[in-house]
Amino acid sequence: MSTTMNVNGKAVTARSEPDTPLLWVIRDELGLNGTKFGCGAALCGACTVHVNGQPVRSCQTPVASVAGKKVATVESLSKNNSHPLQKAWIKHDVPQCGYCQSGQLMSAAALLTKNKNPSDADIDAAMSGNICRCGTYPRIKAAIKDAAATMRKTV
Amino acid sequence: MSTNQTSRRDFLKTSSLAAGGLLMGFALPGAKVEAQAAGTVYTPNAWVHIADDNTITLISARSEMGQGVYTSMPMLIAEELNVDIHQIKVSIAPPAAVYVNALLGAQITGGSTSVRDGWEKLRVGGAQVREMLISAAADEWKVDRSKLKAERGMVLGPKGKKASYGSLAAAAAKLPVPEKVALKDPKDFKIVGKRIKRLDTPSKVNGTAEFGIDVKLPGMVYASLEQCPVIGGTVKSFDAAKAKGMPGVVDVVQISDGVAVVADTYWHAVKARKELSVQWDEGAGAALDHNKVLASTRAAADSGKVLPIGKATGNVPDAMKGAAKVLKAEYITPMQAHAPLEPMNFTASFDNGKILLIGPTQFQQGAHGAVAGALGLKPEDVTLKTTFLGGGFGRRLELDFVIQAAQISKAVGKPVKLLWTREDDMTHDYYRPLGLNQVQAGVDAKGMPVAFHHKVTSQSITQRAFGLPKDTLDPFMAEAAVAPYAIANTQHDLVIHDSGMRVGYWRAVSHNMNAFANESFMDELAAAAGKDPYQYRMALLKDKPRFARVLKLAADKAGWGKPLPKGRARGIALMEGYDTYMAQVAEVSVKNGEIKVHRVTVAADLGRMVNPDTVEAQIQSSIVFGVSAGLMQEITLDKGRVQQTNYNNYPVVRMHESPKIDIVLVPSKEKPGGIGEPATALVVPAIANAVAAATGKRVRKLPLTPEAIRAA
Repeated sequence: MSTTMNVNGKAVTARSEPDTPLLWVIRDELGLNGTKFGCGAALCGACTVHVNGQPVRSCQTPVASVAGKKVATVESLSKNNSHPLQKAWIKHDVPQCGYCQSGQLMSAAALLTKNKNPSDADIDAAMSGNICRCGTYPRIKAAIKDAAATMRKTV
Repeated sequence: MSTNQTSRRDFLKTSSLAAGGLLMGFALPGAKVEAQAAGTVYTPNAWVHIADDNTITLISARSEMGQGVYTSMPMLIAEELNVDIHQIKVSIAPPAAVYVNALLGAQITGGSTSVRDGWEKLRVGGAQVREMLISAAADEWKVDRSKLKAERGMVLGPKGKKASYGSLAAAAAKLPVPEKVALKDPKDFKIVGKRIKRLDTPSKVNGTAEFGIDVKLPGMVYASLEQCPVIGGTVKSFDAAKAKGMPGVVDVVQISDGVAVVADTYWHAVKARKELSVQWDEGAGAALDHNKVLASTRAAADSGKVLPIGKATGNVPDAMKGAAKVLKAEYITPMQAHAPLEPMNFTASFDNGKILLIGPTQFQQGAHGAVAGALGLKPEDVTLKTTFLGGGFGRRLELDFVIQAAQISKAVGKPVKLLWTREDDMTHDYYRPLGLNQVQAGVDAKGMPVAFHHKVTSQSITQRAFGLPKDTLDPFMAEAAVAPYAIANTQHDLVIHDSGMRVGYWRAVSHNMNAFANESFMDELAAAAGKDPYQYRMALLKDKPRFARVLKLAADKAGWGKPLPKGRARGIALMEGYDTYMAQVAEVSVKNGEIKVHRVTVAADLGRMVNPDTVEAQIQSSIVFGVSAGLMQEITLDKGRVQQTNYNNYPVVRMHESPKIDIVLVPSKEKPGGIGEPATALVVPAIANAVAAATGKRVRKLPLTPEAIRAA
């Protein structure tokens, strides 16, 4: 009944039943609260995490399906806000209520892994699965471009 | 409009007294704030806590739901206290009389009031403590206090003498709070008016900010609540046998609003809830649908009691008779859900006749009092702590989910986190009421208005929520109903109609319906007169400089009158709301009924600003929120059941649909206005006017869906 996986670089064994969504394993069993529940139907993106580097909606991902895989949550970016995306988010004061931002950051991180210089259209395409009810979209877009520029310089 | 504002200020107090409906108890006049410091904490007044380890904590009496109060409220205190805004901590106030919002008469976050309420009060709070610290140092050093000054967390004296606020806190806290303190001349402000980075951002980019959903207590269990699909329905009977046999289930309990499944994890509770069988008495609500809501509202508009909004001017009936032409129109704004991203939740721990409540609320006083009332507890036995709110928009003014959590915890005798599903949230909201606005204008031979009549018919949230007596003007239905235009004969009326819907305050409240009607109609009048809608408005604003200025600024910035790419058109709209004067220009194109909002230009005069960056953020936020409302969202009902369940059938604007937003802020020495809401209401008529300009079609019923545009 248990599932072994790697979460943020650490091997973990989850006791939850195999059909339990990864979201609730991350939050309630592993105690990583940054990943949020918004819709339970892969519509809002608040629960976005990476599985083997790909952004997935953890509310619709049974924990059994990530057995042996690498899971990364918002906590993996950095604890001290040193990741270029976190820095850009702070520079542009992106969050308002902040509830969606973990998911936004993880979608943005996945985008920048494969696209070092995303256009507006690239950003729209990568981020349109993430709802922000506070409407921070203009700042998210600016922050992604800013972070991408920083990451290009430092590589 | 000033009469409306005056009554808004006082009505909560009077209506709650009159109705006695909602219990408004307070534990203590000045209940304790959670200590943020390791050292001994001293509280010279309700706004400033200083520990002897020099930790300074400033208190926000308003909930942080995205609008930036955990930064703007401390900025006001810190300005006069003379501390570095980046060296302080912020705590949220508990329910207490000292934290009442004077503009609303209760401890509420809403109505774009936080800065307006706190503007003077919080600076006085900071100045009092500054003076107490100076007095403490003067006593200790035995020097005249006029020789001392306070700067950056230190009191400075002659010959290089200095002492930290922390070292003086114990002595300062023993001194009487000075009644009169001198406040800085605004030209000397070092913090207020500056673009200060939000203090809560760092915690919101690494997952550490604590929202209601994140609360954990030792021994806590999780609840999922089955409520009647028809709001207001009650449990007839239920069979919990199967649910109780599901893994991890602790108990299944009936409470006022339904049947709660309680389990060791949230997922176990949700899964077991699917096995629950409940028979409902659906009640009168089962007969309701959205067509009936509209039909009964329209009937009420014809026959309901008419309450005057403000004072009529001139003689409207005579002026209509004498007019060259009379134009009429009817506008409809639909019911809408709040849909904040964090579903409703609260954590409650009932133990031995006392209860601890932790969660996201916009209404500490109400939550505290309602739980005391529902559980029959003394106010002092109810403790309430507020977390970050994952959006509010008015939904978290309501108390249903707080009472539910408290009842469940009491029933199972354990700490419980109640968390709704998105579907629960969408189908059990307190919805924005339907608005029916009927407007009529008599125009002269040149097409300029000489008579204007506006009748608002809608449902009173204030009657439901605060027991506003029947046949009393509800100021929250009359917002922005009186437009600024100089017209000789005007009359504004309100008809209050209970449609049977459960209604709630929704970002910008009645500004939404009233500004949509006024500003759409103004464009219709301009079109009928063959005049440019910007010039037409401007001609009616001769004695309204703040309105005229924002209108011109928005038009200039948007390039009003300048050529646009083919297929694009602009629309303009103007409003005062929350003491903020605002104009917007929307630029749209329409393809096969699909509206694309390319750009929105905003000019806002909101008096003095605390944090201009937050002001811009709130305008951006409000516009995106309003675009969702104007183009996409509508709540419909079938047999009393709300048909929208999630973000697929109740869409919100996504990044690719979010317009470019240009903002012009007017430097001003006027008293501050509110900025959390007005742009939401105003962007909708700006878009509707742009759509009419682009297509020649006037759509008077929201939302402006492709189907509605194609059918027009």
